[in-house]
Amino acid sequence: MTVAVIQFGGSNCDRDTVQALETLGFDAELAWHEDGLPADTTGIVLPGGFSYGDYLRAGAMAARSPIMDEVREAADEGMPVLGICNGAQIGCEASLTPGAFTINRSARFQCEHVSLRVENAETPWTAHYEEGEIVEFPIAHGEGRFEIEDDHLDRLEDEDRILFRYCDENGEITDEANPNGSKHNVAGVTGESDHIAVMMPHPERVSLADLGGTDGQGVLRGFGDA
Amino acid sequence: MSEFTATVTVRLKQGVLDPEAETTQRALERLGFELGDLRSADQFEIDLDAADEDSATERVTEMTERLLANPTLHDYDITVEEQ
Repeated sequence: MTVAVIQFGGSNCDRDTVQALETLGFDAELAWHEDGLPADTTGIVLPGGFSYGDYLRAGAMAARSPIMDEVREAADEGMPVLGICNGAQIGCEASLTPGAFTINRSARFQCEHVSLRVENAETPWTAHYEEGEIVEFPIAHGEGRFEIEDDHLDRLEDEDRILFRYCDENGEITDEANPNGSKHNVAGVTGESDHIAVMMPHPERVSLADLGGTDGQGVLRGFGDA
Repeated sequence: MSEFTATVTVRLKQGVLDPEAETTQRALERLGFELGDLRSADQFEIDLDAADEDSATERVTEMTERLLANPTLHDYDITVEEQ
């Protein structure tokens, strides 16, 4: 029984994620991508970082590494999978989730706190929040703009697969509150089934009270419910 | 078998924002150039041995669809020349 946090060359939020999960009482361990998933894996995190130097497109190389076949197989069997930041880019590149995260509207790397509105509180990742609740998470990315064909976005919205949207402090979904130009302010989505999810903001960075907030704990607690 | 060089050009689909191209265009305009629009694209040159041009094109198309282009973001075109 362990949440495997997969390390690729260039992952850099892997240890933080293990620390945050352990603080919440989960068993968690680092899994180097070449070693495959530990036998007792019950959940998977694709962590943040800059796998393979973001060559070609952020996440493109890691998405095609052999361990991702194991991740896909585990996800198909119902194992919870969460991609955070670079892990979200990897998840989309690997088609675990729809769309793509690409270069910010500003063409710059952005590292700041943002407000998010919980759009669907009935997924494992958002069940600890209320629908419409406003939470504060940090972002740290250069390629976080959610891009997707319009008809696919319609489908995602119809199927209630948006986890969070960027909002202002009052919960309004405005262009000014959209840090990276994501379509319809989307910050995180689920796969075909809601036990698979990706998001650009970092829940693990707001999971310890001593480090500035605990709003992110609810997302990580998804491993207990999924 | 013959030697071929394939040139793969990967472009953003029409309507997909290109912040780097916009920044580049603004820099050119600051330098005093007048231009209507600027688009960027990635180009890959791939040398390979293949029985004929069709089989070279087929293999490079597969490479492009599996890695070089992301279908959510990109269109691509491929030209193949025998060396």
